[in-house]
Amino acid sequence: MAPKLPPHHSLQHSSTTATAGGQVHDDHDHHPQPRGIMRWLLTTNHKEIGSLYLIFSLIMFFIGGIFALVVRAELFQPGLNLINPEFFNQMTTMHGLIMVFAAVMPAFTGLANWMIPLQIGAPDMALPRLNNFSFWLLPVAFTLLLSTLLMPGGGPNFGWTFYAPLSTTYAPPSTTFFILSLHIAGVSSILGAINIVATILNMRAPGMRMMDMPLFVWTWLITAFLLIAVMPVLAGVITMMLMDINFGTSFFDAAGGGDPVLFQHLFWFFGHPEVYIMILPAFGIVSAIIPTFARKRLFGYASMVYATASIAVLSFLVWAHHMFVVGLPLAATLFFMYTTMLIAVPTGVKVFNWITTLFRGSITFEVPMLFALAFVVLFTIGGFSGLMLAIAPADFQYHDTYFVVAHFHYVLVPGAVFSIMAAVYYWLPKWTGHYPSEILGKWHFWLSVIGVNLTFFPMHFSGLAGMPRRIPDYALQFADFNLVSSLGAFLFGFSQLIFVWVIIKCVRGGVKAPAKAWDGAEDLEWSVPSPAPLHTFETPPDFKPVQH
Amino acid sequence: MRKMLALMTGGGTLFGGASLAHANGWNMPVGVTDLSAEIYTLHMTIFWICVVIGIVVFGVMFYSLFKFRRSKGAKSAHFHENTTVEVIWTAVPLLILVGMAVPATATLQKMYDASDAELDVMITGQQWRWRYEYLGEDVAFNSNMSTPRAQITGEEERGEHYLLEVDEPLVLPINRKVRFLLTADDVIHSWWVPDFAVKQDTIPGFINENWVRINEPGIYRGQCAELCGMDHGFMPIVVHAMEEDEFDQWLVERKEAAEAEAMGVDREWEMDELMERGEQVYGSICASCHQADGGGSPPAFPGLAGNQELIDDVDWHIDVVLNGVSGTAMPAFRSNLNPVELAAVVTYSRNAWGNDTGDAVQPAEIVELLE
Repeated sequence: MAPKLPPHHSLQHSSTTATAGGQVHDDHDHHPQPRGIMRWLLTTNHKEIGSLYLIFSLIMFFIGGIFALVVRAELFQPGLNLINPEFFNQMTTMHGLIMVFAAVMPAFTGLANWMIPLQIGAPDMALPRLNNFSFWLLPVAFTLLLSTLLMPGGGPNFGWTFYAPLSTTYAPPSTTFFILSLHIAGVSSILGAINIVATILNMRAPGMRMMDMPLFVWTWLITAFLLIAVMPVLAGVITMMLMDINFGTSFFDAAGGGDPVLFQHLFWFFGHPEVYIMILPAFGIVSAIIPTFARKRLFGYASMVYATASIAVLSFLVWAHHMFVVGLPLAATLFFMYTTMLIAVPTGVKVFNWITTLFRGSITFEVPMLFALAFVVLFTIGGFSGLMLAIAPADFQYHDTYFVVAHFHYVLVPGAVFSIMAAVYYWLPKWTGHYPSEILGKWHFWLSVIGVNLTFFPMHFSGLAGMPRRIPDYALQFADFNLVSSLGAFLFGFSQLIFVWVIIKCVRGGVKAPAKAWDGAEDLEWSVPSPAPLHTFETPPDFKPVQH
Repeated sequence: MRKMLALMTGGGTLFGGASLAHANGWNMPVGVTDLSAEIYTLHMTIFWICVVIGIVVFGVMFYSLFKFRRSKGAKSAHFHENTTVEVIWTAVPLLILVGMAVPATATLQKMYDASDAELDVMITGQQWRWRYEYLGEDVAFNSNMSTPRAQITGEEERGEHYLLEVDEPLVLPINRKVRFLLTADDVIHSWWVPDFAVKQDTIPGFINENWVRINEPGIYRGQCAELCGMDHGFMPIVVHAMEEDEFDQWLVERKEAAEAEAMGVDREWEMDELMERGEQVYGSICASCHQADGGGSPPAFPGLAGNQELIDDVDWHIDVVLNGVSGTAMPAFRSNLNPVELAAVVTYSRNAWGNDTGDAVQPAEIVELLE
């Protein structure tokens, strides 16, 4: 996904770069652009950093995917066939951690880096050096995390939610490294979020009001505030773990006066907004793609913004719905059940808006549109199971079963991940100057859709029938569902090789894309040439707001 | 509302394909308590609501995708806002949700009312077994998975209740309100029997409460639902629900057996007796971590065979078994095992696998230490 190297003259041309404050830099004359690896280590360019984020996330997507396939291979048939329970627990844990923190979150940050300046007509991110630092923290964090697998006692084996005291008193010695790596990743997220907020609030093209911003910018602005609010909570809770493990405190140890449930309250106060961090930017992407290929303006722009903001506010008030069976008082259970059910309202508004955008449009089915449409359908299915899970009495049965696994994979894989793929197909012409292969893209899409449903749909049934999550072996009545899930997982996993092939092919060549690569596309990024030169909008664009 | 719920459940029975109380294989069981049936009804109600909404929403979506294709010459319209429509599709879901919240609240209130129980059972989660204690009855025992290792590794054919069978099931009476008090010794576990719709985390240092009134005698199976370490997948729950008089008789027998065992504390035990009993206790309690051959799995679970510290110091050995080692996975067994079992298991591990210390620890010595 690396952008084409810019033509040489554009580098010389960029020796004076206007920033938001109107000062003029001329560092390029004094410091010749480094080459090779140093160019990527030192880059402060939002497009190059965006590409680094996206490539990093793609690599991590495959590593996390391999862990998932190890899990699915073990669960293909009853019995302990390939790996022992100890390693199985490390694989489920690492799969979750890598996919959440190293694949999905960096992918969205990469898209933000590339597209937010282009969509608001800014020359770069507000804090370019910080941007470089935010990215390069990630390879450090996740190399450290992955290295725990090789340490004595193995890597984290307590689930990605790392409930104490399993993750403190009973954890492997490598847990301290796990905590450090999560701290580093957290710092990266906070810095990235600060940069995004600063960029959006300060660097919009003259004349672009907040309510003129594309929805991807809006959803990312709200996401960034969520990140700034909750990543410090995560940092706090893992620091408390660190103290319990190494310095004899008892925050989560009942024997010393602590409370294991306190861990869960703190974790989910971070964790629930975190899951919206992984879906709000997806809403923004889909809200860009559907109008483009329906050739009709997004229905209900303002209500989309309000719905996103409502979801963000509600996300702070629902955390204990992950904890209905820990023994909450009745009043708390009722409160969290009601707030959770409320989330269905703004989420419903979004789905209705997308569908009304399609209504009486002029629709075509290019690959980005296919992924966006699949997102709407499959994310909604994940929303339905979410609504079922909100009903607290029924959650006593659903909780910690494969029904929950089915639910969150529906919102995260054909939800978040499909939206990222849609975004890649949608913006590849802007990044590389070439259209991605339509035929390969359609193969990738259909195999992914089939694979994802084969994998996750049967999990609804095995969960309802009583299969707990995170078990390495299961009773015989769950065998058929698990067999189908495993086959689906391998189909989905290997289909992603097509995705890599499409991207490499598209970087190398293909049908040339014009500045406005899709005829229905409206936003500012389509006003710059394809591929986008290294430096864009050095003078602010002429922005004419559409009447929203 | 009640009529609608009844209708939904009718549909639910069709969908679930069974008035069979359990084991239909792909839907939530109706279960064998009033509450489990009520929860099943809520589940099917919200399910059918989702199905209906899904049909409408996806119906409009796919209609638009077929009807308004550019290849069919569709020209796009220009509308992009409509306050009336937007207010309607905010308000209607809100009303549906209120309609769902009312019966859900009523059910929750019943679930939370554990008052007036006729029997109290303490359930303790441990890595990786359950301990059941009939409070006030002096009856307590551990319940371990009984599926042989050879079935798990595939050397032996798997039985019908593979992974869902135990050496000693929890025995409960039907038609009586039984209150569960749940806690744990080490990490968080979760006690779950789908047919009762009871799932409750067991949390070290805290006591949770739940209850059940079983309507039909039978054998009901469940599993630990909260990740609790290596053998999380291997700590099943089996409940044997009996007619009331049958249960009372069972309880009397268990009490007598417990008294007989208590008598044994005072007499001198032979080495062979201790070894035999010790091997049994070791196999059900210790072997999951320290392994049947005493090899352990270091660093978390040290080996006992040839362990010099253990061989040299009998007092230290007894102390570890009685009181556990804080900051490690080794729990205190002083209240989990009776003095005979404690003496036997210490004797066994001091003499098995070539440890050959020749020490026979007597139950009476343990009693002294426990006081």
